[in-house]
Amino acid sequence: MKFPSNLKYTKSDEWVDLESGKIGLTDYAQDQLSDIVFVEALVEVDDDVEVGGEISSVESVKASAEVYAPAGGKIVAVNEGLADTPEVINSDPFGAGWLVQVEVSSQSDELMDAAAYEKYCAERD
Amino acid sequence: MTDFKLTEAPKIVEPTIYELSSPGRTGVTYPDPDVPRAKLPDELLRKVIPLPELSEVDVIRHFVKLSTFNYSVDSGFYPLGSCTMKYNPKINEDTARLPGFANLHPLQPIETTQGALMLMYQLQEWLKEISGFDAITLQPAAGAHGEFVGVLVMRAYHRDRNDNKRTKMLIPDSAHGTNPATSAMSGLKVVQIPSDERGNVDLEALRAEADDTLVGMMLTNPNTLGLFDENVEEVCRIVHEAGGLMYGDGANMNALLGIAKMADLGFDVMHYNLHKTFSTPHGGGGPGSGPVVVTAELAQFLPAPIVAVVEEEADGLPPLYGLVDPSKTVGRVKAFNGHFGMFVRAFTYIAMHGPDGLRDISEYAVLNANYLLTRLRDAYHVPYDRICMHEFVAEGRWKDAPDIHALDVAKRLMDYGFHPPTNYFPLIVHEALMIEPTETENKGTLDAFVDAMLKIADEAHTSPNLLHEAPTRTPFGRLDEVKAAKELILCCWLPEDYGNQ
Repeated sequence: MKFPSNLKYTKSDEWVDLESGKIGLTDYAQDQLSDIVFVEALVEVDDDVEVGGEISSVESVKASAEVYAPAGGKIVAVNEGLADTPEVINSDPFGAGWLVQVEVSSQSDELMDAAAYEKYCAERD
Repeated sequence: MTDFKLTEAPKIVEPTIYELSSPGRTGVTYPDPDVPRAKLPDELLRKVIPLPELSEVDVIRHFVKLSTFNYSVDSGFYPLGSCTMKYNPKINEDTARLPGFANLHPLQPIETTQGALMLMYQLQEWLKEISGFDAITLQPAAGAHGEFVGVLVMRAYHRDRNDNKRTKMLIPDSAHGTNPATSAMSGLKVVQIPSDERGNVDLEALRAEADDTLVGMMLTNPNTLGLFDENVEEVCRIVHEAGGLMYGDGANMNALLGIAKMADLGFDVMHYNLHKTFSTPHGGGGPGSGPVVVTAELAQFLPAPIVAVVEEEADGLPPLYGLVDPSKTVGRVKAFNGHFGMFVRAFTYIAMHGPDGLRDISEYAVLNANYLLTRLRDAYHVPYDRICMHEFVAEGRWKDAPDIHALDVAKRLMDYGFHPPTNYFPLIVHEALMIEPTETENKGTLDAFVDAMLKIADEAHTSPNLLHEAPTRTPFGRLDEVKAAKELILCCWLPEDYGNQ
């Protein structure tokens, strides 16, 4: 399982790249969900999103889950391609599987670094 | 040890009825009409109607063959957790088909439907007594509909007091998925409350959220881990002190009949599932039925109408039953008065068992679940391992068999002739297998199921491919869930390129 060190993580298994503002679901999350079959973006470009606000809804063959924003700000891009190829979140959660990109103006004060998040995942197993 | 005679099921893949079609074949010939033919406008007439053409016997054989692929509680053990797939006694079907019930029309004058109204009234009284509540509606069409009605009643109660700041519903992380859906449907904000290490509601987290914006809390007890919440009275007290109401999800009532009354535990509202607890058909055999019971304080908000005695018994005449509207009703939630055929079946079941028999049902349901738990807990990890109620949740995974998942265990069970348990629910257990045997299974059946489960746990370590490739002994092998979820073909005839797919 991957835990890229340049990213920050949440307890609800999102990642955020504070440099680019990209947000997505972690490798652990996609593994727990298994095959993802639907992704619906709940925000549009130019929307303002708050920390903890819902940004996407993801559905797998096992469960559905809401994705909450680890960082707040203006939405500058939404990964539209995921609507047709949601399985990309399974195959490349930290790359092509990104969900939205924000112009970061605030961030959750509970963000973890890669080592802390890896430990948090191990505890839950 | 059960001697499993594993035979291959016939791999005859029945063609679709369209593939069986041959032009010109026909099952029924209509006589010429004895009235003049009406001319329909040309633009409304289709030139081609892609319906299959078959003889009657071909149609019968096709559907009878398909029906043999089916698995039901009438054909085998069906331990589907939280669904209470108990055997449905066939006498229920006899009573539901009595002509006096089956041939009624809901718009008949009430003087001519007294028998039906009396049955509904008596069922209302029984369901109130079993739960300890004061008032009831039989209208809701199923469990989730009952939840929706219950939450509407809770909302109406707060609004009636002009307490409009209450918009928050608390839901434990071990709840049925319908609970948050119901709250969202009712326009409420859902806040999830975690479970503690014993599988109870985490009281500290509950206290932190119990404020004056609370509509209430939806709690299933026993919860979906099959555990009786040891702090249920304290949970109710905390919610009540914050001014909220307690909703009891009655899906797991099969553990409590004649043992505990939900109203006595501190709940204000609860729904039943007649199709779980009271043996009316379930799933494809539906429809369901989800009566809602409430405290006296909430009675005025129930859906209208409700069956009541409108003229007391007097001068040797029986009482007259009729329909009355609660004073501040949330309105009607179902055409007519609910699924009457289900009321007849549930009435029959309750009347047949009586108070002691109902208690026996729950005691055997709990005993059977604990028997399975005791025999399986060494081979399967049980994360919240204490005496369970009518069901329990084990994990379908092992550290020393890393490629095996709950789904593989479930599919392999089909090879041994059993319906798989609920899997991947509740979400707080990794690779969950939720097992509910119900009271109707004898020790021989339970032992055979345990033997299959133990064998599968062994196979998971020694020959994992048997699990990955399962099921191999059913008419169809493992279906592609991703394709099924993503590529929906929802039309009444085949797309032109079907042959290429």
